[in-house]
Amino acid sequence: MTVRDQQKEKNEWTCTRCGIDLELAKVQITYVGCGFTIDALRCPQCHLVLVTEDMAVGKLAEAERVLEDK
Amino acid sequence: MDQKELRALEYRCIQEEPPLCTAACPLHIDARGFIGKIATEAWDEAWRILTRNMPVPNILARICDHPCEPVCKRREAGDSIAVSELEKACVSRTNRKVKAPSVPKRKDHIAVVGTGLSSLVAAWDLLFGGHQVTILEAHDRPGDAFLIFPEHLLARSVIEEEIAVIQAMGGELQTNVLMTKKRWLEKLAEDFDAVYVGLDDGTIPDIIPLSQGMVGVEPITLATGIKGVFAGGLGKMRKPFSAIHDAADGRKGATSIDRFVQNVSLTAARENEGPCETRLYTNIENIVAEPVVPKADVEGRYTDEEAIKEARRCIQCECMECVKNCLYLERFRGYPKRYIREIYNNEAILMGSHGQTNRLINSCSLCGLCGVVCPNDISMVDICLEGRRKLVERGKMPPSAHDFALEDMSFNNSERFALTRHEPSMEKSQFFFFPGCQLSGSSPEQVERVYEYLRQRLSGGVGLMLRCCSAPAFWAGREELFRDGIEELREEWKNASRPRMIFACPTCYKVYKEHLPEVEIISLWELLDEIGLSSSPYPSKHITITIHDPCTSRSEQGMQESVRRLLRHLGYTVEEVFLSGLKTECCGYGGLMSAANQPLAREVAKKRADEATSDWVTYCAMCRDTLSKGDKHAAHILDLIFEGSENRSAVGRKVPGYSDRHENRARLKERMLAKVFGEEGKLVEQFEQILLSISSEVRERMEERRILVEDVQRVIYHAERTGERIYNKKTGHWVASFRPRTVTFWVEYTGTPQAYTLYNSYCHRMEIMGESSK
Repeated sequence: MTVRDQQKEKNEWTCTRCGIDLELAKVQITYVGCGFTIDALRCPQCHLVLVTEDMAVGKLAEAERVLEDK
Repeated sequence: MDQKELRALEYRCIQEEPPLCTAACPLHIDARGFIGKIATEAWDEAWRILTRNMPVPNILARICDHPCEPVCKRREAGDSIAVSELEKACVSRTNRKVKAPSVPKRKDHIAVVGTGLSSLVAAWDLLFGGHQVTILEAHDRPGDAFLIFPEHLLARSVIEEEIAVIQAMGGELQTNVLMTKKRWLEKLAEDFDAVYVGLDDGTIPDIIPLSQGMVGVEPITLATGIKGVFAGGLGKMRKPFSAIHDAADGRKGATSIDRFVQNVSLTAARENEGPCETRLYTNIENIVAEPVVPKADVEGRYTDEEAIKEARRCIQCECMECVKNCLYLERFRGYPKRYIREIYNNEAILMGSHGQTNRLINSCSLCGLCGVVCPNDISMVDICLEGRRKLVERGKMPPSAHDFALEDMSFNNSERFALTRHEPSMEKSQFFFFPGCQLSGSSPEQVERVYEYLRQRLSGGVGLMLRCCSAPAFWAGREELFRDGIEELREEWKNASRPRMIFACPTCYKVYKEHLPEVEIISLWELLDEIGLSSSPYPSKHITITIHDPCTSRSEQGMQESVRRLLRHLGYTVEEVFLSGLKTECCGYGGLMSAANQPLAREVAKKRADEATSDWVTYCAMCRDTLSKGDKHAAHILDLIFEGSENRSAVGRKVPGYSDRHENRARLKERMLAKVFGEEGKLVEQFEQILLSISSEVRERMEERRILVEDVQRVIYHAERTGERIYNKKTGHWVASFRPRTVTFWVEYTGTPQAYTLYNSYCHRMEIMGESSK
């Protein structure tokens, strides 16, 4: 899913606890000692992050492979 | 492993040894490669391979006395390959000239005396090396030494053309050179940087008497008594006459001259020049004998069709015994020697930056078949295990390779499954039954039946020990974890008053045998064979069944024989495949291949499953489940013993998924505690009370992604407790995540505590900063 797709979808997602819509944000992720930033939907209040299936099996899986091979 | 041991190990892999033809050739022509190209009708490629190593090919290919042919492996199945005829066919049909090489010209200037074969070869090699060459001929035209060959074999025009090629490369030809003057050769040695004298010219020995200072020739270097003068080529003086040996002299002289002008050692590392020994092994068991292809034109050459047919008879000698029998070795497109280099390449391991090397190390099933079929007993087991241990030691083992299997092991040794009990109402048990985690996960009901049968038939008490033998830690290269596991097993055994252990799983048996030698062990199969299944054999069932020996039973002949006797006793006709017993192959699960490289493991399983024409039977629960996944059926021998063969549904028993295995093990423990040992043992975690409805499609996806039902329960439990969940307005579903240890699980669901519906689940290992974990 592209960032634009996510933006289009962003109003579909609500943080149940805070009752507000998720917004696109820079999110820090780490693996085997390497860290970097990705764009993901996040609750602006409690910072709960949404990882979609597309992200998990696409971008994140690919990055895991690359980092493991490093 | 230090460098010396590494070299010794590498040396044992003989795949890179030359084939017999190349070893016997003084010029080490790649006859195998050349013939292989003709076989595929790639004539240009054939010419390229031939001329890579063959000087003056248009002459030499026509007159070579082919010492390769009498040693050809093909003669053990028909006639030797007609290498010489194939060379003639190639050079005559392509009618090509070798192009001058583009090498930087050197300053030194070499004189080559004579235009016999060795002189032309020396000139050829020197020109290829960038030296400046002047050829000195006593007569008015070069190449008369070749007139001993009949015109139909070697036409005058071919000789002239090949000499013209030498000239085109930059070789200067001087004819009518007066060589009889006193001290002519010494003078020549002073005028040039070095001199090669071709004695095979025939006329030269008369022209330059040995008295001129050439007292004998040093055999390794062809150096003479005059500094800088080298001589070779015996021509007709060699008995029997050998063109290829004259050519080899020319090459040897050129090598010496090259070293001489560069002022480096003339003698160092020359032991591999000329004909040599080879250690290459080629299995010709399945090669059908075929005679040599005859020539229609006896005086002429092979037609293209004849040559191609003859070339196709070549067996392309190589060892590859291990690779031929192992999909893993085949898929990485190499052989042990190459793999050893790759794995032990210090940099690769230090930097840990080679995904391909890591996959090579982690994809081996550690089954050991390679070591059995190797003529030199090289096994990838030790190589890969050591590679895995090094990766773990350096913190470079990819977490995705084995974590799932190790989590499974930890579950099996936790309160959820682990159990050690003496036979009910007994203080001590002479025996303990150790069914293993996979049989308990795959068919727990068989564990119950076997345990009951053993208690009926054995006196002295039979205890029960449910847990994992720690093999996954061993396979994963986790030495510390494995040592701890073994210590726990030892303690359990000691606390149970050192009973005799009975194993249903050949892997558990192997672990105890190799790592707990003080424990007295027996396989369930040998025990059942000994105590019997029934007083008299069952009548024949007229059913043929193919046996698969688990790879960890490889060297357990007694176990293998017992299983066969049990099957015959049950009335089955047992069929063997080629790879069985000592030569059995892995089902694709062993060594955690399936954990580290699932696509390869699936291929291995399919290949193995397809080797049988009937249904399979085996005595490892994992092998049974792996072989059943394709279109073949496989039974565990216990299915046949306890279900009775009339009930053939046992063969098609469903293969449980990862979640089912956990469930099966946990329920087995509970049932055994309640039914057999009379204890209340239900241990249910709060998250396990989450009730779920999961479609078969989602279940399959979870299996593929290695997500367990309990993982999903944990996420929902966490989300419902904390309210940490995201609502999708379009679908009305909740999405939540939880990271119990090293994997974040995501769940898309709806519902109430009475029943939740699961729509999707996925996971990742990447950690999001600030996410929820336990």
